[in-house]
Amino acid sequence: MNKVAYRTGDAGDAEIKLRGFVMNADRSPSDPSPSGLATSAAAPVIRLTNLCKVFGTKANSHLAVSNVSMDIHEGDFVSLVGPSGCGKTTILKILAGLYGVDEGMLSLRADFQSDMAKHHVGMVFQQPLLLKWRTILENVMLPADVLGLPRRPAQKRARYLLEMVGLSGSEAKYPYELSGGMQQRAAIARALLHDPKLLLMDEPFGALDALTRERVNLEMLRIWHETGKTIIFVTHSIQEALFLGSKCAVLTSGPARMADFFAIPLPYPRALEVKTTEVFGELTKRTYHLLGMK
Amino acid sequence: MSTLSLSSADQSKGCRKSIGSRIVIILGAHLALLLLWQLTVVMLGIKPFLLPTPVAMLEKFCQPQYAWMYNMAVTAAEIAIGFGVASVVGITLALLFSWSPLFALLLFPILVTLNMVPKVALGPLVIMWLRYGIESNSVITFSLCVFPILLTTNRGLRETEPDLLDLMHSLKAKRWQIFRMVQLPGALPYVFSGMKVAAILAVAGAIVGEFIASDSGLGYLMIQAQSSFDTAAMFASILLLTLLGVAVYLAVIILEQFIIPKDARIV
Repeated sequence: MNKVAYRTGDAGDAEIKLRGFVMNADRSPSDPSPSGLATSAAAPVIRLTNLCKVFGTKANSHLAVSNVSMDIHEGDFVSLVGPSGCGKTTILKILAGLYGVDEGMLSLRADFQSDMAKHHVGMVFQQPLLLKWRTILENVMLPADVLGLPRRPAQKRARYLLEMVGLSGSEAKYPYELSGGMQQRAAIARALLHDPKLLLMDEPFGALDALTRERVNLEMLRIWHETGKTIIFVTHSIQEALFLGSKCAVLTSGPARMADFFAIPLPYPRALEVKTTEVFGELTKRTYHLLGMK
Repeated sequence: MSTLSLSSADQSKGCRKSIGSRIVIILGAHLALLLLWQLTVVMLGIKPFLLPTPVAMLEKFCQPQYAWMYNMAVTAAEIAIGFGVASVVGITLALLFSWSPLFALLLFPILVTLNMVPKVALGPLVIMWLRYGIESNSVITFSLCVFPILLTTNRGLRETEPDLLDLMHSLKAKRWQIFRMVQLPGALPYVFSGMKVAAILAVAGAIVGEFIASDSGLGYLMIQAQSSFDTAAMFASILLLTLLGVAVYLAVIILEQFIIPKDARIV
């Protein structure tokens, strides 16, 4: 079915026409990325062009993703926001190489692709999905075990990452000894262990209470800043999407399609007060509007 | 103020104490039941061949003609062999099912049907095929134990979180890696849960064979004691059988504690 799955080569040679109403983040006047790596001049590391994915049999099929076009630059924090059934998770799984695409194109910059082949991706889900029978350190080491990385340096990195997510001292604990928020931080450390360039997060804070969620959001920005990873972040929450992201894709369901893709012109570092600014309010209003909510 | 700080310290102490006192209460309740039994029989003058006193039951262990140790060893061997083989076969089959969907499709429906057969009813057949003895009784024990182990292990292996599989696939994990790191450890609590059910069935399996036809074992002993109206000896046999069941159950729990950390267990 995969007409075009991965296209190697330089996605910067833009021969693909983006549909008119897709706002290209490249042309955003401000560069919201904190790392300085992602400049609008550099070629995008990932380019999605009219991505389309259909599930089910020919007789009984439903459109999971359609009309998704976006350029993702190195160091971007791309929020995917939308209701259930809009295809957010499907896009994530396509990027993780778990699904092929039915139409359209997913192209990776050559150097990014070779890096993906070597380092794969990091994934974080709504549930921490820590292995109950492993200690926190052993859990963070899971990618090293799978990829056969040398143990000693991997362990050193695991300890470093646990410290970065604020979990030093919990190495020898079992998951049940940690709160939900702490477990999710351990899951983030695990996703970073094998040093993937691309971090895919599927509603990672959806199961946390509102206050913990805000705190972890701030942590998330710090972790992003410290690691310089390219992050694709799926969320139900418009506030979260706009607060965290440097770019935001708004997806609608029924039919599943991308309504807009825009840069978020809010400077980093961001504090929670950002949510009270006029720009944030405008963006929120705009997103509600795109989702058909008044 | 000082009482407040004291009370929290007291509470932690009280918790530790309560575990100890709980054991005392449990033991006390059992002893009280035995005492009640003894008193009821003596006070009401119940005939010993209907209901013996617990003391009379314990006295039976001093009578050498019953060869308690030997007969208990025979039954224990039947339980150990039947339960042990059932564990190995049940777990192995469940693993094969998870590796080969075709194999599972071929064999699993048949096993589900076989599980519906009342295994105890197979007893006379098994004894006819194998003649009576440890072998046939082990086979009956096996037939009772294998299904709960197989079915729960099979379920455990299929219970893996889909997102966890996605995570492993995103790292391009090989099938055996997923099996070794995620599926199998995840299924272990189920394996032990099945083994606990089987531990209780194992004693029943061994005893059924001995009831039908045997020349040794605690079931054989019960039939012998029954023919001479020695009810106390029958009770003594039941006590030993219960202890055998407890021993198997405890063995499973101890093994579980060694293998699975606390939170991953199924109570």
